[in-house]
Amino acid sequence: MRVLVAMSGGVDSSVAAALLIDQGHEVVGATMKLWGGVSDSGCCSVADVADARRVADRLGIDHHTFDFTEYFEAAVVDPYVSAHAEGRTPNPCAECNRHLKFRRFLDRARRLGFDAIATGHHAKVVRDAAGVPHLARGQDRKKDQSYVLAMLGAEQLERTLLPVGDYDKSEIRAIAQRLLLPTAAKADSQEVCFIARHGSAAGRQRFLEQRIALHPGRVLDQRSGEHLGDVAAVELVTIGQRRGLGLRGGLAGEDGAARRYALGVDVATRTVVVGEEAELATRFWPLSQWTSLDGSLPLGAVIEAQASAHGRPRRGVLEAGGVRLEEPARRVAPGQLVACYVGDEVVASGVVTAVPAGPRADA
Amino acid sequence: MTESTAPTAYLDHAATTPLCPEALEAMLPYLTEQYANPSGVYASARRARRAVDDAREQLASVLGCQPGEIVFTASGSEADNLAVQGVAPAGRAVASAVEHKAVLAPIGALGGVLAPVLADGRVDLERLGELLDSSVRLVSVMAVNSEVGVIQPVREVVDLVRTHAPGALVHCDAVQAVPWLDLTECLAGCDLLSVSAHKFGGPKGVGALVVRARARGLRPLMLGGGQERGRRPGTENVAGIVGAAVAAQITAAERTETVARVGALRDHLVDSLTAAWPGLAESVPRPLRVAGNAHLQLPDGVDGEELLWLCDERGVCGSVGSACASGAREPSHVLLAMGWTKAKARQAVRFSLGASTTAAEIDHAIEVVSSALARLAPGAA
Repeated sequence: MRVLVAMSGGVDSSVAAALLIDQGHEVVGATMKLWGGVSDSGCCSVADVADARRVADRLGIDHHTFDFTEYFEAAVVDPYVSAHAEGRTPNPCAECNRHLKFRRFLDRARRLGFDAIATGHHAKVVRDAAGVPHLARGQDRKKDQSYVLAMLGAEQLERTLLPVGDYDKSEIRAIAQRLLLPTAAKADSQEVCFIARHGSAAGRQRFLEQRIALHPGRVLDQRSGEHLGDVAAVELVTIGQRRGLGLRGGLAGEDGAARRYALGVDVATRTVVVGEEAELATRFWPLSQWTSLDGSLPLGAVIEAQASAHGRPRRGVLEAGGVRLEEPARRVAPGQLVACYVGDEVVASGVVTAVPAGPRADA
Repeated sequence: MTESTAPTAYLDHAATTPLCPEALEAMLPYLTEQYANPSGVYASARRARRAVDDAREQLASVLGCQPGEIVFTASGSEADNLAVQGVAPAGRAVASAVEHKAVLAPIGALGGVLAPVLADGRVDLERLGELLDSSVRLVSVMAVNSEVGVIQPVREVVDLVRTHAPGALVHCDAVQAVPWLDLTECLAGCDLLSVSAHKFGGPKGVGALVVRARARGLRPLMLGGGQERGRRPGTENVAGIVGAAVAAQITAAERTETVARVGALRDHLVDSLTAAWPGLAESVPRPLRVAGNAHLQLPDGVDGEELLWLCDERGVCGSVGSACASGAREPSHVLLAMGWTKAKARQAVRFSLGASTTAAEIDHAIEVVSSALARLAPGAA
């Protein structure tokens, strides 16, 4: 097959290209420049493009760079910003996969005469008896990335190769070392590539305050309604968050007070409702914007639902409005992706919808 | 199919041109036996010095200036930077919005202002005039735009500057002009003018800045030895300078014939494609452009980068957008300045012909571009 490999400049996509060459495919590499802004890390820095190009040179394949910055801004960054403005917690990596890697990149590859695209994700495309492709967890459970690909449809999976998913990460690094790839020892990439220091609230705040107005918010106790403290930006608070709520008890509970967690965020009234951890528990994850291989949902199926990239899967039953959980689990912030698995295979995905912060609908 | 026998078409002469054989031949001795440093005190050094002096005279006669007014640099970008940074700190700087980044970046760093252009890419003289007053020290307007090939009204710019900002110097980036225009006319009113050898059959790594009498206060970018009258320290690139002068002489001698021949080839390329493809159009009216430029607006939905990928697979070289640091192609700042949207700017390509372009190359390009369009145009089978 003629395969266009999305090479980020990291070790996984480098080895993906090497594995495909080894399997006898005609391989060309391409790096997507996605973000023109300033970022410490990510898939779009000049150094990463240079790394991808040198890997391609080492492998003896052609390498191209695609400037998708306008599409990335429109499909990933703008929705990320407006989701925060509405108090939701978006998953930009999933949106990037949905709109950029497995849409625009795939479309371009098709027009340029490629049979398939490939990426360095740790996940597998497996085929059922009828030959229909399904997305499944990667060999290395600790590195499994099927969650961020869970929204892909059959038409996309049909033309996608994920060669890295058959290996453990240690094997991937070993292959890279054996082939003397310049990226063999490179650190794993960060989650949100377009924000420098995304892991820190300060990094997110700096990014968002240049784009939307951030508002201070009052932190209220769920039971008493008591005004417990204040946050600098209500738009940055995520359900389940404990730190950074301006509460003494939030840190370690040294003074004997119970730790308090954000139970609800209301941007309109600029309030954050907090309570004890037990009050975060729910037996229902409300979901919408469903995706599945063929568009239909296996309603009533017993599935395992996963609410973050490496979160613990929770058993439950898939319903039209969400997942009914067997055991109570923490509430998930609106805007987050939930991937539903049967065994190792993804059967559906949905996006968490907002529920009122007051009396719990599932109580 | 092997690369040596498959037909190709190099249509990116605005990016660089092949080294002409005469230039290579003239350069070879200075890359081999004649390696002496022109600053030496022995016979071989004096020969190298004479070669550089001869080359300086040859280039001066092509450009219509005095030999002593030529400062050899390592690139057109360096010549542009030397012009802008060498005089502009003494006052305000003004440039057209479609200048090369080697002009725009130093102008921007010095806090200069940009004059808008008309939809056809020519500098808006009225708006430029409004920006001029006695505080302006430098006005920089290119002779020919690198992207769309538009010939700028440099003479009118000079007149405006002399009227509204008599103390200001005029810099003309003529890097794209040498193959197509008689620069003696262009230089008649300018105080500073940049050229680059590899755009007209010379080697890469050689540029020149003409510094006329009014600009003689120009300050060097680098400090060091006294080469180039103290304006550009560093041992002279003897072979490169010799090659540049030979290429300039040949280009000037053949210019009239080249413009006529290449213009006809360009017309054939553009007319064939626009006749066959509704929605394909010239970005700027032809009479405004130099003979080698074919800048095309593609049918709606066809991405320039994808078209060039398919062209590249069959040996046809063209250009799209401008290269960013990562090597990705960004929407051209020239097209954006002309009022194009980013989306429209991505649906455009530039083919640029040169003195070495042949009819066979153009025929091959027409066939390859047509079949690429057949694949990429929405609704095409």
